Amino acid sequence: MSIDEEIEIMGQRLHSKIKNIFGRSLSIREVDAGSCNGCEVEVNALSNPIYDMERFGIHIVASPRHADMLLVTGPVSRNMELALLKTYNATPQPILVAAMGACACNGGIFGNTYASGGGVDKFVPVDVFIPGCPPRPQAVIFGIMLAIDKLEQKISKREVVV
Amino acid sequence: MKEELDTTHIMDPVQIIRKEFASQIISETVSNNEVYFSVKKDSVVEICNYIYSHLDGQLITMFATDQRKTDGYFTVKYVFSMEGIDKFIIIQIEIEAEKTQFRSITHKIPAANWYEREIQDMFGLVPKRHPDPRRLVMFEDWPEDQYPLRKDFDINSKPPRVEGTYDYKKVEGEGIYEIAVGPVHAGVIEPGHFRFSVAGEPIINLEIRHFYTHKGIEKQFENISIDKAVFLAERVSGDNSVAHAVAFCQAIEKIASVDIPKCAKYVRTVLLELERLYNHVSDIGGIATDVGFAVGSAHAGILKEKLMQLNEHVTGSRLLRGMVMIGGVRRDVKDISDLSTRLSLLEQEFRDLIDFLIETPSLVDRIETTGIIHNDIARALHVVGPTGRASGIDYDVRRNHPYAAYPQINFDVPVRNDEDVYARTVVRSDEVLQSFSIIQQALQLLESIADADMIVDVGDIPSGCALGYTEAPRGETIYWVMMGDGKIERCKLRDPSYCNWPAIEYAVLDNIVPDFPLINKSFSLSYSGNDM
Ligand code: SF4
Repeated sequence: MSIDEEIEIMGQRLHSKIKNIFGRSLSIREVDAGSCNGCEVEVNALSNPIYDMERFGIHIVASPRHADMLLVTGPVSRNMELALLKTYNATPQPILVAAMGACACNGGIFGNTYASGGGVDKFVPVDVFIPGCPPRPQAVIFGIMLAIDKLEQKISKREVVV
Repeated sequence: MKEELDTTHIMDPVQIIRKEFASQIISETVSNNEVYFSVKKDSVVEICNYIYSHLDGQLITMFATDQRKTDGYFTVKYVFSMEGIDKFIIIQIEIEAEKTQFRSITHKIPAANWYEREIQDMFGLVPKRHPDPRRLVMFEDWPEDQYPLRKDFDINSKPPRVEGTYDYKKVEGEGIYEIAVGPVHAGVIEPGHFRFSVAGEPIINLEIRHFYTHKGIEKQFENISIDKAVFLAERVSGDNSVAHAVAFCQAIEKIASVDIPKCAKYVRTVLLELERLYNHVSDIGGIATDVGFAVGSAHAGILKEKLMQLNEHVTGSRLLRGMVMIGGVRRDVKDISDLSTRLSLLEQEFRDLIDFLIETPSLVDRIETTGIIHNDIARALHVVGPTGRASGIDYDVRRNHPYAAYPQINFDVPVRNDEDVYARTVVRSDEVLQSFSIIQQALQLLESIADADMIVDVGDIPSGCALGYTEAPRGETIYWVMMGDGKIERCKLRDPSYCNWPAIEYAVLDNIVPDFPLINKSFSLSYSGNDM
């Protein structure tokens, strides 16, 4: 299967899920919590005309206050810890958190040291882990899809009316 | 007397230093193209300043080592790249374990500013009379007596946060207001803090604060195996993976005195230039994005994606990772038969793109005379890469300190003197064309050798130290590695962004705030590489 076909199939699935649950686009705030920038390269790739994730209803927003989901990269450096927590607290509930990349999953090659926090779930609750260094754009789309399934669970548990 | 003066500029700078400072030099070691002078601690300002102002030496990096356990002292080393010759002069001083001070050279060599503050944070060695002694890498909530790069500091420790303040510079006056941005930005970019002081629209001061992404990479190097270290180097600044990995490997190969197989050199060259291609195309596209020119931006986005898919086709990694190894490369690229044809097609696409952009007046209007960084400031701060070359600095590691296959390849180093965003864009675009040609030449060289080795066994790495360097897409990248007992004792790395970030504080002056993203993009800076 070509990359285009892969993206198309997954994207359409994702799109219908987003439409069903939100009735609008899914808003994502990206937080770089100390990545090497490799993961950002791939998040940015998702916006290029070839992947064009906006057409599947994924929208990157400028503020956490407008976000349904935080897409966090990096192992959470000591110097970014506070900013990550502030961003999390500024995001309306229920929040979805996706940890993108090996570092965000468990610290990756940077480990758990004086400066590297050893993964996003040490600081905020994480709904999905997207492995890879960096994950390919297809993997990011797949991860977002899994996260949305979690949202359904979250909403039913809290009995929030949508 | 006159005769002596006349000959100085043609004399070897090493001989001049030997002669001028005979009484201050304690010892001298030469290895490959690196000359190490141990000098008396109190003469360091004078000697460094002499190298800088009389011998045209550029301070390319500066760092400390903790050798208390073996030798009983710390050292501070000043690495100079010499103009016009493939030589590095390294001045070093010893600092006794109890006397943790050394003289600051920042007032003479502005490029030393951040290095000295970094040494202060990481080693607890204090640069005396430094003009700006604030914290740099470690934030104000880091305890006073903990210095991560000292050997007795445990990498896994988590010192508690303490109360502390960080004072930003204050600009005061009627109608002046501050805009604080970051560390979490509106776009998908890395974290850093920017503080603008603005009067009406023009920026009258910018203060940047970085190191939010400091991950303790240099310390991590000392705690992992040498093979894993290559992967770490690839992750210092993700989009410059190859340049970092090659620089690191070259340092190790130099210590081990091995010459890697020719084929490996050609493959490395191909990879280094593939990296430049997708980075430069991305940066050029970023300029179109930041002036709101969506069509240009979309075209560049497509081309970048095609280049990244080509990367994956060639190496299995969109970021070209996992190919560079100590002693060579993991595999050949010769069997990728359509590589050359695909590149030719992409080259044509790029030519069309750049013609389209440069012929669009609304884009050119925005970028001409925007974000000027004058040659004298660029020189003083040792601004590197396309940014330096767009400000008239004719320096490119590939030519000035050749490595990999570059000595066998013909290429030009584009230099411009208009010093603005436009110049930086055009320099990058000219470099893209050079890169296409370099790759084709390297592929031809590769073709000419049948079934050759891609890697040589380096064996146990002996103790010693050496510099490795590359011209990354962003510019000169430096690694200095010291080995001992088969382990990495110290690895100082310096990403080009570390030199170029301070220059942006000058480039934005008198520009309007909405042009900042544009200027920033034209510098194309890495936060992770800078913060280490
Ligand atoms: S997961 Fe890999 S690519 Fe992503 S930030 Fe970490 S090191 Fe970089």
